[in-house]
Amino acid sequence: MNAQASPLPEAIIRFDNVTYSVRGKQSNAIIDAISLEIHAGDTLVLLGRSGSGKTTLLKLINAMLSPQSGTVIVQGRATSEWDVIRLRRGIGYVIQEGGLFPHFTVAENIALVPTLEKWDPARISKRVVELLAVVGLDPAEFTIRRPHELSGGQRQRVGVARALAADPPILLMDEPFGALDPVTRAELQREFSNLARRLGKTIVFVTHDLREALLLASRIVLLQSGRIVASAPPREFLHINHPEVKAFASSLDAVAGATS
Amino acid sequence: MTPWQFFAGHRTEILEATAAHLSLVVISMAIAIAIALPLGMFIVHRPALRNIALGMASVFQTIPSLALFGFLIPIPFIGGIGRRTAIVALVLYALLPILRNTYVGLTGIDPAVLQAAEAMGMTNTQILWRVRLPLALPVILAGIRTATVITIGVATIAAAIGAGGLGTFIFRGVAMVSDAVILAGAIPAALLAILADILLARIERRLKVT
Repeated sequence: MNAQASPLPEAIIRFDNVTYSVRGKQSNAIIDAISLEIHAGDTLVLLGRSGSGKTTLLKLINAMLSPQSGTVIVQGRATSEWDVIRLRRGIGYVIQEGGLFPHFTVAENIALVPTLEKWDPARISKRVVELLAVVGLDPAEFTIRRPHELSGGQRQRVGVARALAADPPILLMDEPFGALDPVTRAELQREFSNLARRLGKTIVFVTHDLREALLLASRIVLLQSGRIVASAPPREFLHINHPEVKAFASSLDAVAGATS
Repeated sequence: MTPWQFFAGHRTEILEATAAHLSLVVISMAIAIAIALPLGMFIVHRPALRNIALGMASVFQTIPSLALFGFLIPIPFIGGIGRRTAIVALVLYALLPILRNTYVGLTGIDPAVLQAAEAMGMTNTQILWRVRLPLALPVILAGIRTATVITIGVATIAAAIGAGGLGTFIFRGVAMVSDAVILAGAIPAALLAILADILLARIERRLKVT
């Protein structure tokens, strides 16, 4: 990484006028000419309704998708110029339901990227134990379990540990807590917000839940129909005068109204 | 003559025919697996080829088995009378269940798992060998089991083109109008099929995760 002592921090991820559409038609763009800078250490939350393009934006970062026009620059290099395998091994990825390998044990799941990177076994097992502790699972109990023997919350913890395994500077999270029951979700959100602060990673987090966004984000970017309609730190976000911001804010009011 | 008397009197002959039958099945299955498994892996990322391969395998399966044996006889190199022709026909017959299950097994994997694998920086080859194949194994094995049971049955007809095996008794029994002789072929063939089914089902269960 380039740790330049410039007055403005270099963006670790940058979208330069990026457009993405399914069949190459400009008319039904999923991502419509987006420019966005994400700075190292930020927790950027991409907020939006279903179909607003937030997951697509996420997948453009690790080249799971390639833009029709414009460039996505990750760590100073366009994703089109990266060797995609190298690029992805340097970016942790967590999805809803975990996407854990059912035929692997917890330890093997967490060790995936280190194994692909051919670390020596002693270093891998040390790292696995370390990471299980980081995500709050007892290594003695969990290393040899398989994903189907875990609860939803435990699976997500393993998913986070797996993403962190090779210590990537960037972490992409696609509604990681979306499938959990509300109590477990709140628990994981709280823990994760502490963890994120401690790790100092650049995190791009996709959600449709404003509360989650307010809790975790250092900046919230609101997407609507493939465009950025608002971008602000959580403190200022609710004061933005835009109908979509208000629509999301009213979802909070509904909750507050029911409990008061 | 009761079947029992016939069995007792022709014990070695029946055992030999069973062994010949089994070798016919094992050789055919080995070849069919050697063709269908790699082919199934190969067509996962090639939709155009997939339709051709599955289509052809389906066509072989629709040809009545006796007719398939008949068709092969005049063909040079692979045809003629005897075991070789029978093995070719049995292989063609066994291809579809193995190929189809291999393809279905490899492609029917939880999309979240495949997406995670891709996003973690696994290459397509690594995903195939370390994710798709282990997870597809029970489905592939189910295909092999189906194919084995079919092959054991169809192999009895191979006796019609001089390939030997348990079908010899069945054809002889039909000609002699003797139930006892027919049963001397039919019962061991049925037992073989049941045993193979149980054995392979057991392995299949052991391989299943979740």
